[in-house]
Amino acid sequence: MSRVLTDVAEVPAPAKRRRIGLRRLAFPLFALAMLVLPALPVPDFWITQSNYIGLYALVALGLVMLTGVAGLISFGQAAFVGVGAYTAAFLTVTLASSPWLALLLGVGIAVVAALVLGAITLRMSGHYLPLATIAWGLVLYYSMGNMEFLGKYDGILGVPTLKIFGLDLGTGRGLHVLIWAIALLAAWACANLLDSRPGRAIRALKGGATMAEAMGISTFRHKLLVFVLAAVLAAISGWLFAFFQRTVSPSPFNLGKGIEYLFMAVLGGVSHVWGAFLGAAVVKLTEDQLQVLLPKLIGTSGNFETIVFGIVLVVVLKYAPEGLWTFVVRRLPRADRPRDWDASTPLPARAKPQRGEPLLQVEGVRKQFGGLIAVNDVSFEIRAGDIVGLIGPNGAGKSTTFNLITGVLALSAGQVRWRGEPIGGLPSRQIARRGISRTFQHVKMIAEMTVLENVALGGYLRGTSGSVRAMLRLDREEERRLFAEAERQLARIGMADRMHELAGNLALGPQRLMEIARALCTDPALLLLDEPAAGLRHKEKQALADVLRQLKGEGMSLLLVEHDMEFVMGLTDRIVVMEFGTKLMEGTPAEVQASPQVRAAYLGTEH
Amino acid sequence: MDLSIASILALDGLTNGAVYALLALATVLVFAVTRVIFIPQGEFVAFGALTLALFQTGQVPGTVWFLLALAAAAALSDLVNGWRHRLPARRIGLQVLRTLAWPVLASAVAIWAAPRGLPLVAQALLTMALVTPFGSLIYRLAYESLADASVLVLLIVSVGVHFALVGLGLFFFGAEGFRNPSFWDERFSAGALTLSGQTVIIFFASLALIVLLYLFFERTLTGKALRATAVNRAGARLMGISSSGAGRLAFTMAALIGALSGLLIGPTTTIFYDSGFLIGLKGFVAAVFAGLASYPMALVGALGVGLLESFGSFWASAFKEVIVFSSILPVLLWRSLTDPHSEDQ
Repeated sequence: MSRVLTDVAEVPAPAKRRRIGLRRLAFPLFALAMLVLPALPVPDFWITQSNYIGLYALVALGLVMLTGVAGLISFGQAAFVGVGAYTAAFLTVTLASSPWLALLLGVGIAVVAALVLGAITLRMSGHYLPLATIAWGLVLYYSMGNMEFLGKYDGILGVPTLKIFGLDLGTGRGLHVLIWAIALLAAWACANLLDSRPGRAIRALKGGATMAEAMGISTFRHKLLVFVLAAVLAAISGWLFAFFQRTVSPSPFNLGKGIEYLFMAVLGGVSHVWGAFLGAAVVKLTEDQLQVLLPKLIGTSGNFETIVFGIVLVVVLKYAPEGLWTFVVRRLPRADRPRDWDASTPLPARAKPQRGEPLLQVEGVRKQFGGLIAVNDVSFEIRAGDIVGLIGPNGAGKSTTFNLITGVLALSAGQVRWRGEPIGGLPSRQIARRGISRTFQHVKMIAEMTVLENVALGGYLRGTSGSVRAMLRLDREEERRLFAEAERQLARIGMADRMHELAGNLALGPQRLMEIARALCTDPALLLLDEPAAGLRHKEKQALADVLRQLKGEGMSLLLVEHDMEFVMGLTDRIVVMEFGTKLMEGTPAEVQASPQVRAAYLGTEH
Repeated sequence: MDLSIASILALDGLTNGAVYALLALATVLVFAVTRVIFIPQGEFVAFGALTLALFQTGQVPGTVWFLLALAAAAALSDLVNGWRHRLPARRIGLQVLRTLAWPVLASAVAIWAAPRGLPLVAQALLTMALVTPFGSLIYRLAYESLADASVLVLLIVSVGVHFALVGLGLFFFGAEGFRNPSFWDERFSAGALTLSGQTVIIFFASLALIVLLYLFFERTLTGKALRATAVNRAGARLMGISSSGAGRLAFTMAALIGALSGLLIGPTTTIFYDSGFLIGLKGFVAAVFAGLASYPMALVGALGVGLLESFGSFWASAFKEVIVFSSILPVLLWRSLTDPHSEDQ
């Protein structure tokens, strides 16, 4: 397959290697700098600022995961910060209890609140979560401000300082080390999570549920997971905040502050872990300047910085929706993933059905959209080892039939059986689990991940690592096995040499092939391909046909929707022809070609 | 609680509910046509009430300068746009003129009228004329070029607009709160119930506006065009309906409804530059009750919110906001159970 020229080859190799090396060192150097900062002769003012930035970045980090990566929005993060802070203050002041217990309890309450809010809203379309978090932010603010035992609007005063092994951290240099250790640890864990099995699932959320569910991923569970993660990070920040300020009152946790956290994430770079730190720093530092400058300029006091923030927020979304960090990233060379999986053991594969065994029975399926019957009582069967083609003019209901089989759409009537078991009405991730995998007519992929990572997403069901293992990097062995499998599938369709490219940079043809590799990575017994040859050049089509024949030789069964007749006729064992939602006929390619009915459907009849 | 207290609370709740209903309708209207979740809806309420209050004191309200500033920004964007698309100077000039005409005219009249102590009704009309153009100006400046962005991006933009408007509201109106005089000081007694003239006006004005909106959407071509855009933007565009024109119109109507709500609610409570947010959000809770889609449900929801608020403040006055905004959670739960399949947008 011909290699498309891309824009990687500009930087000379040694220089590139040097810059990549620098990039690898950037995190340890930055971490070291932040942790030794208090020991240097830096004025107290800057230590305090840096403390604020660390605390804010922790919250913004959660929003980067939530908003930038998963495509969900919360305006209520300040309320979660408040939960952490108030729990710390109440336990250590009123109950004179341990701050560590307060941390545990604060995080626990935040988790429960996030689970409740998420469970209610995350099954619905995306804008209900932000609306619910607005309500949550308001409710918590007014609750904190009116509860007698939380000191009403005055809050709780005199929070003790934090002590570790008898060492008093105070509110300045000592606490700085703890705040930044936690913030950096959180950033490391989040970066690890993003580069893992559950992380890829989370990154798939933004593109809509269909593809992720077809790969066996529960989108609801992963949305809930990120939302809870963001809440936990906010609650930890709040816990630290209580010991930093030594008083808590409702105002730092109001809805406006929640919106400001979102602003930090959007400004910094909503899909980059380090964007959270950049955004927090820029917002904190400019906020201080504006609070002094604007009232002087205007002549009266007031929170005029909100004007600037509001306008900047709109402008950023218009002109730099990816945030400031992208301007940094653009200058850094992208390092290819090191190939360290050669020695890994292959993933287990499922037992394949015997050739000729009845695999899929489609029995009178029907789909009605209001008054329109898109698919009208269509029946056919696929036996193991068959390649069946589904053809018909545009609008014949082929893709709808596909979606009925794979559970993307609900059946209006009829049944689908998989190896005898009824699967009609199951969600598509359950169907994927049984060994049916698919590609999409309009390619669905994660453009900002590499080809290899996109294909590894298909291996989701063959791994088991959860998010905690991923954050702690305990999942590396399994990751190696997943990547080895992904590379094997890419090699199978002739794309192994392009595995490190970003999927979004591929042309349409290779994108389709990548989808096939992703479907193969699920280890399917039946592969459903929706127009696999569309957008491919002649040579590529021949190569694809060879791959499909080879798959058939290995016992794979295939159902394909295709418009290219030459491709279909040369490849399939049997063909089902659809027109206007009904099945017109079924037969061998020769029978279909000879049929006057089919000819009439495609070319019209003479009158 | 006896029956008379209950009926007083109910009347109170329904009165506020009628205003929330207007805001809920505006929210649903804007969302349906433009997919913008318009958080700053409440700002128009505060602007309306404060503008009238400043007219009452005989000053030129800050709204005038605020409006002129926005209009100037929009005119500037006209110029830049025209220059970038290399349009003929005449067309650019016309465009700028169209942008500036209403704001400048309304401002001029306002500056002339302010010290003259016109009758309350005239000042109210002038207030509406000043606040209504905010709608389309805000749409043009913040949303128009992002019309095809996702609902969530538009929502963040809304929050940015809210931030900016509240800050600018503080700048142009100051931190002082105002309570407007009633439009009608008559009082009617029926047993324990006292019906103030303002209450009657609120009910009638809300009802009249709802009827007008109904007629507009059912009987006029423009109204039908807006509905078509709400159902399918691309389809409407193919039928020759400009989706940005529809957006401007929807926002203009939202601003009009907001200003009217401000006039109605002004005499019943003290309004500050930032009071609009909470009032608007209560309309919002009602709109969410309606799934941001159904006008009659929004009306029902709004009356429900008003009742909840008045009874809530009787039982636990400190927690009335907590009660009102918590009620969104069972509503969302109910929606997610009855309509769980709206996952893809």
